[in-house]
Amino acid sequence: MEHSIYKYILRHSMKQQIVLTLMAILSFPFLFIYLEIPARIIDQAIQANDISFPVEYFGVELDQMAYLYSSVGLFLVLVVINQAFKYVINVYQGISGERMLRRLRYELYSRILRFPMPTFKKKSAGEIIPMITAEVEPLGGFIGEAFALPIFQGGYLLVIITFLLLQNWIMALAAIALYPLQAYFIPKLQKKVNALGKQRVKLVRSLSDQIGESVNGAEEVHAHDGSSYMRAQFSNQLSKIYSVRYRIYILKFVVKFLNNFIQQMGPFFFYGIGGTMVINGTLEIGVLVAAIAAHKEMAAPWKELLAHYQRREDARIKYGQVIEQFEPAGMRDENNQLDEPEELPHLTGEMVGTNIILADDTGSMLLENLNLRFNLNERVAVIGPAGSGRDALTRVLARLMDPDKGKLSAGNIDMRGALEAVVGRRIAYVGQHGYVFNTSLGDNLFFGLKHRPLHETIYEGEKKSAHDTYVVEAGLTGNSVDDIDAGWFDYELANVADQTSLDARALEVLEMVDLSEDVYQLGLRSTLDPDEFPESAELILSARHMFFEKLEADPSLKNMIEAFEPDHYNTNATVAENLLFGTPVGNAFDLDRMAENPYVQKIIEEADLTETFIRLGYQVASLMVELFAGLPPDHEFFQLYGFISSDDLPEYQAMISRIDWDHLEQLRDEDRLRFMSLPFKVIPSRHRLGVLTDDIQDKIVAARHRFAKNLPDHLKGSVAFFDTKAYSAATNLQDNILFGKIAYGYAQAAEKIGALLSSVVDEMALKQTIIAVGLNFHVGTAGARLSANQRQKLCLARAIIKHPDMLILNQSTSSFDAATQGRLMKNILTEFKGRGLVWSLDHADKTSSFDHILVLKGGKISESGAPEKLRAQSTQYQEMLAST
Amino acid sequence: MSLKEEVEILRQIPLFAKIEPSKIKLLAFTSERLTYQPGDFICRQGDIGDAAYFIMAGEADVIVDTPSGPMTVAQLGKNDVVGEIAILINIPRTATIQAASELTALRITKDVFFRMVTEFPEMAVEMMRVLAERLVRTTDELQKARQENNA
Repeated sequence: MEHSIYKYILRHSMKQQIVLTLMAILSFPFLFIYLEIPARIIDQAIQANDISFPVEYFGVELDQMAYLYSSVGLFLVLVVINQAFKYVINVYQGISGERMLRRLRYELYSRILRFPMPTFKKKSAGEIIPMITAEVEPLGGFIGEAFALPIFQGGYLLVIITFLLLQNWIMALAAIALYPLQAYFIPKLQKKVNALGKQRVKLVRSLSDQIGESVNGAEEVHAHDGSSYMRAQFSNQLSKIYSVRYRIYILKFVVKFLNNFIQQMGPFFFYGIGGTMVINGTLEIGVLVAAIAAHKEMAAPWKELLAHYQRREDARIKYGQVIEQFEPAGMRDENNQLDEPEELPHLTGEMVGTNIILADDTGSMLLENLNLRFNLNERVAVIGPAGSGRDALTRVLARLMDPDKGKLSAGNIDMRGALEAVVGRRIAYVGQHGYVFNTSLGDNLFFGLKHRPLHETIYEGEKKSAHDTYVVEAGLTGNSVDDIDAGWFDYELANVADQTSLDARALEVLEMVDLSEDVYQLGLRSTLDPDEFPESAELILSARHMFFEKLEADPSLKNMIEAFEPDHYNTNATVAENLLFGTPVGNAFDLDRMAENPYVQKIIEEADLTETFIRLGYQVASLMVELFAGLPPDHEFFQLYGFISSDDLPEYQAMISRIDWDHLEQLRDEDRLRFMSLPFKVIPSRHRLGVLTDDIQDKIVAARHRFAKNLPDHLKGSVAFFDTKAYSAATNLQDNILFGKIAYGYAQAAEKIGALLSSVVDEMALKQTIIAVGLNFHVGTAGARLSANQRQKLCLARAIIKHPDMLILNQSTSSFDAATQGRLMKNILTEFKGRGLVWSLDHADKTSSFDHILVLKGGKISESGAPEKLRAQSTQYQEMLAST
Repeated sequence: MSLKEEVEILRQIPLFAKIEPSKIKLLAFTSERLTYQPGDFICRQGDIGDAAYFIMAGEADVIVDTPSGPMTVAQLGKNDVVGEIAILINIPRTATIQAASELTALRITKDVFFRMVTEFPEMAVEMMRVLAERLVRTTDELQKARQENNA
């Protein structure tokens, strides 16, 4: 990349800069006339000096008044023209600047993608992120004005000075007499500001680095009571930044003071010298006024020029400092990533490495003259003690690290020079802790299949023109024009024909890595949009029917689910759920705050239940006070069983002692609401309070019908009502099938219902559908919503599903328990029979099922061969076997 | 069955005889009342125990795995306590309990159980009495078994 911001600007926006400059120059003549007119209006039109009316212009005769008006009119026209120039120039500048900013950011980001891996040991995300986001932000503004602004404002200034010189050279000289002084002092001060600016950028970077560290290491900070130390460290950094900024401010305001002072010297000279000349009669008063007006005009461009100078220095530093961070040694060639081979070669034959040398950044040797050779249809185990170079070897083989010296080839392909298109598709690598992106499970699983937009999306009408603009803009700024909405899946690579067989294959691979049950469970607890997947919704609905048929058929299970029936009170659901008889959508009918909803209150009142609810609330509150009053406030019962939180308990206690059962009508409004809110949480079969009589239940069922019938339009979208015959988009798959509540009080009800559910799923072959829904599950930042094991299994599945010629596993399963490890290893070894598999393992005893073993020692391969051969001949292998 | 009736039943259990009604209510309120079908397992030998059970109605078999297969060693009925050993000393369940008829039991979690025992020494004493009786019975049976073996 260009090291000077000006070179960068010229290389990528020469045309725009020329257009801007031309526009600036074009505007000058109008500016000159605009400046000249006031003098003419005062001298000729108003004072009638050197002119005799009527005058004739283009055959039209004008008297003094008409002359005045036409001059003033001309003035107005010029104001419009000048402002129009400014507007056009500003907009054009803005667009050019933004385009350049987009280009710069894109280029920097692309560079990150090409950084050699070791760079990320030295640079943290905390440092890199602000560089591309905040630090380059002001550059956009500067790039737009880099040439045009000094030319426009400088020209403007020259026009004004010329005008002044023509009017009266003495005064003109007087007005600009002090500019040289400014031109001398300000760069000197600016140099100091620049140095401080550089320091500031570095300090802010390390500040964001520390914030990043605190976020990533939050556990450590808490576990070691390190917060005070972290705070002190942060305070220390803030103090450094403060002192730098403080000095910058002082200098900046000194500059400002000088500027303003010198600017104000102008009028001083005008009034002094000009006034003297007017009194002596050597100067027209109109000229003096015009000169003062022109001088005022001068203030703006001069200020702009100085400000531009400061911005320029600022931009120069920032650009330089950012660019130098994005040029680490050993960066991958751009074409290595972007070139697409005519035909994607397979890795076949032998993998051969000769004299591979690799040292880490401290200079200590990881691989020393390593030679290796194995067949790419073999499953190879790599073993060796810690520090033997196993880790480095797998990374070199996966082409994640470049060896310092040596050759590496697969068949007749030179791996060191191979395109990333070949390496990244034919080889898969999984380390100890794979990374999961913040998107859906499925997107993560298929990440390895998205290399190029393969199946173009066809756009029509408005979408087409929007897409065309997108492509043009991207092209103008050197950005990627690949369509993100195109079909990116490389089915051929995954060895499948189409999406359907890919889905089937995904199921297989998830099974292989022991993840399908997890995804199935996630699917059961996810929602599905019936408009988008009408078939799946239909299937779930028929599963519901089958589930209830089975339930009816088995007397021991029959009572374990209480289905939602429109005309029956569900004793295993809360009063709130019974009244709503649906799932709330959005916050309008928050189940915990139903009592506060005016519409709910209205329905309760109409059902003549208000009084009942208050009395129920009073009963519940009394019981709670009786039971829980002696418990410590943080006791878990409050959370598990409490209708009332420990904070609110004393208040209810006070209310109950204030008012007794017979005088509830005297309650204050807010107390009524407090009592009203309690019964909504009651579940009759769970709480067994015996307060919800049949009569009340009937009334609630009646209110439920009125609730649905009279629901005002603006609330219609806020509830998804239970409907036996319809799929509900608001509830998850499991609840859609069960369509009721698991009854309280039946032993192992959840397990038995779960078993019944899975038998339904099996019979209807629904598992694939549910897993597909599970694949839409969003995994959260870095996969935080999955467990560490699930994340790692997902990474393995991602590597397997792209069907690589060589899968490299760097102790990828070492965090699993022994049983899981064994299962996965068996599955993967079966899957890769006859294909390339390189597996770095920490125990020799797991190697017996492999075709070939490489034993590493001190960065070299000390032994290699089939397990039987090594077991018979190699003492080192025997020792390793014995030690496990 | 409502909370009130449950409290009445619980008060008839000797273990709870001397405890304040409000505490029994808390016990009933925070404990799950479970219905088992004949043949259902209340707990299985070897599982980790996190609750004790008070049988409120119905019968259950106590079954122990022996080298020669499962063996029913005792019968439990109304007002019996079961499963308290595993939560007292944190060992896996020592026996399997299987419902012999339709059975209703109150499941009292470890936490609630300890709370009651520490708060009411009477309950602890009663508990000791129950365990001691059981020990006597076991010792008796052991002796008988030895005599049979010797003979």
